Amino acid sequence: MLSLIPLLPFTGFLVNATLGRRLSKGTSGAVACLAMLGAFGLSLMQAMRLLAIEPGPGRVLDETLYRWIAAGSFHADLAFRLDPLSMLMILVITGIGSLIHIYSTAYMHEESDSEYARYFSYLNLFASFMLVLVLGSNLLVMFIGWEGVGLCSYLLIGFWFKKTSANDAGKKAFVVNRIGDFAFIIGIALTFWTLGTVDFRDIAIKVAPMATEVAVFGTLSIITLLFFIGATGKSAQIPLYVWLPDAMEGPTPVSALIHAATMVTAGVYMIGRNAELFSHAPQTLQIVAVIGAATALMAGTIGLVQNDIKRVLAYSTVSQLGYMFLAMGVGAFAGGIFHLYTHAFFKALMFLGSGAVIHALHGEQDIRKMGGLKSELPITYWTFLIGALAIAGFPFLSGFFSKDEILYRTFASGHTVLWVIGALTSLLTAVYMFRLVFLTFHGERAAAGHDHGHAAHGGHGHGAGHGHDDHGHGGHLHDAPPAMAAALVILAIGSIGAGYVGVPHALGGSNHIESFLESSFHPVNRGELAVHGTPAAHDTAPAAHGEAAAPAAVGDHAAPGDAHAAEQTELTLMGVSSAIALLGIGIAAYFFLFNRALADSIASTFAAVHRTLLNKYWIDELYDATVVQPLKWASDHVLWKVIDVWIIDGIVNGVGTFVRGSAALIRMTQTGSIRTYAASLMVGVVLILGYYLMQ
Amino acid sequence: MELTLTHYLALSAVLFSVGTAGVFLRRNLITVLLSIEIMLNAVNLTFVAAGRHYGVVDGQVIAFFVMTVAAAEAAVGLALVISLFRHKESLSPDVFTSLKW
Repeated sequence: MLSLIPLLPFTGFLVNATLGRRLSKGTSGAVACLAMLGAFGLSLMQAMRLLAIEPGPGRVLDETLYRWIAAGSFHADLAFRLDPLSMLMILVITGIGSLIHIYSTAYMHEESDSEYARYFSYLNLFASFMLVLVLGSNLLVMFIGWEGVGLCSYLLIGFWFKKTSANDAGKKAFVVNRIGDFAFIIGIALTFWTLGTVDFRDIAIKVAPMATEVAVFGTLSIITLLFFIGATGKSAQIPLYVWLPDAMEGPTPVSALIHAATMVTAGVYMIGRNAELFSHAPQTLQIVAVIGAATALMAGTIGLVQNDIKRVLAYSTVSQLGYMFLAMGVGAFAGGIFHLYTHAFFKALMFLGSGAVIHALHGEQDIRKMGGLKSELPITYWTFLIGALAIAGFPFLSGFFSKDEILYRTFASGHTVLWVIGALTSLLTAVYMFRLVFLTFHGERAAAGHDHGHAAHGGHGHGAGHGHDDHGHGGHLHDAPPAMAAALVILAIGSIGAGYVGVPHALGGSNHIESFLESSFHPVNRGELAVHGTPAAHDTAPAAHGEAAAPAAVGDHAAPGDAHAAEQTELTLMGVSSAIALLGIGIAAYFFLFNRALADSIASTFAAVHRTLLNKYWIDELYDATVVQPLKWASDHVLWKVIDVWIIDGIVNGVGTFVRGSAALIRMTQTGSIRTYAASLMVGVVLILGYYLMQ
Repeated sequence: MELTLTHYLALSAVLFSVGTAGVFLRRNLITVLLSIEIMLNAVNLTFVAAGRHYGVVDGQVIAFFVMTVAAAEAAVGLALVISLFRHKESLSPDVFTSLKW
């Protein structure tokens, strides 16, 4: 049954890939959506089955298709495993995936039939690989999905392959991801080398009794660091985040599904999946936390000044992913996954909302040219506003709970500096999100009556002709069509309500999600935990209460006195971050709603800072100068002109020259003169006979 | 003086050498064919002499075979010579060094 979940979208892919160009848009869209909805239904059924099992380490559903690799004692199966963590992931992937498929049927409607089918075949293939990634029960199966989603990401970023920029962005995403994947696969090999298994549960079982590598940077630290480098590629963290903003060249629903809700969270998922392993490498966790916080802050500052609606959202995604890694790094695995889950709702919602705006404006993406869309696109506006409130951490929306959980855990684990960075980023998030909202939906349209030059140059497949037919006259715009509106509304509801699975203890909730996911993170220790009632019981090393190991202790509410104090802290922090969110919204309102001239004058006063941010800290230029150009130079002057021309060509040509030269020598014996032949025959016979007669 | 096997073999060797020299040295294809005939007959002489020496008829039988082959060879060889002469107006073996022209 489990294998059917990825198989359904795969079937959709096969249908649309083979018959797609003969199918009408309605049919190919329906095939794709039904495949996803079917997968969602199956996921729900499997989730029910899983929930029926008593909580604990036994709450898993295994399904082995066949033994894939067997060598000696080592074996890797093509096997799927459903546990609380993967259950959450498949519901997000198939649920939000279905909504985005439905949304896409309207958004991509202006493509030709065959392009439409191609789009849906890619989207289904992506969903299928993503499900393999999260359901795989060992690293190798996960790696299949990992590479598969990378491929689909490449295909979908470059979907409009006639645009050079889209092709370049696709290539960039692929190449940058390869760097991370390379580290990941070395990590897998090293895991096999040291632990002799690649199955997640076996890894956890083998790692659990090992000493935590507090003082030494041992094998587990190296493995986890390699895994994390893989995660920085897929999940767009420093230093490999550069591909994600460019990935916005793809269709907007793709950005929502792949580059916000699902694929980019694969790195976070992977760390959560190997939580036991990571818990034993506190130094790596420290690196993860620092990189996560740094990424969150850096992307937040860049997002503050970008003018492309999708790029702002892209940097916001990078920033929020940084949050998730921060949570992972301080040991709050459940917090990270919780944020992953709420983020999937509101970020998908905002991407789809931006898609609705772009759709209505025929490909216009520059927020300076927007404004005043509130009354013309009411559904889009209100849903987008909900998304922005959720991501800003407005009290009692989903983002509030998950972000707070992360900030609280960061603070409680003693990472005060990281907490300050996180809080600052939270302020930035509120500011840039509401800058986006105010510039897009409030105020006046900068260009009343849209000019069709933009529709054409926007190039998002929206034919200018369509613009004339539907919106040709005046400034009247069409709000999202039903399929798009439905997706927006459902996601908006999700953005409000999704957080209620993880209401913290401090607010009278019971943080369901944390206890629910616990058996996925530490599949072996739960029994021990129950017996000893102390979360650090499994840490046999004396120094286990190192910085990164501490949050596990903080998260536990065994001792009533501590718990009370902790709740006090949590409530205080909650108040602080709510205040930060409101302050951020206020700042944005002041600058971008009431006093826009002031924002411009500040930008010109601090022109250097503004330019640095606008140019994304010149990181792309830096990479170009330090990596791309040297590589090009080396390829040109070493690989091509030395290795290729001299060595490779030399070998090939050398073989030819040798054969020709030796043939020329041998040819001289073939004179064609019959008497020479007779003479050599004669000499030969005499020699042979003479030899035998001499014996 | 009695004629022994050695005499015959010596004569045969001389004849064979004469034939071989003819094949190598003469510049006329017909003469070359004649030289080959001399070589074949030198071999025939060897067979017959050896057969007589050992008191068996095998040598003579083989000699007949060789004669047959020699006759066939002469027929084919002369036909080839005529054909070659028609092409090149020459009978020197040095002229014919290519397989096709």
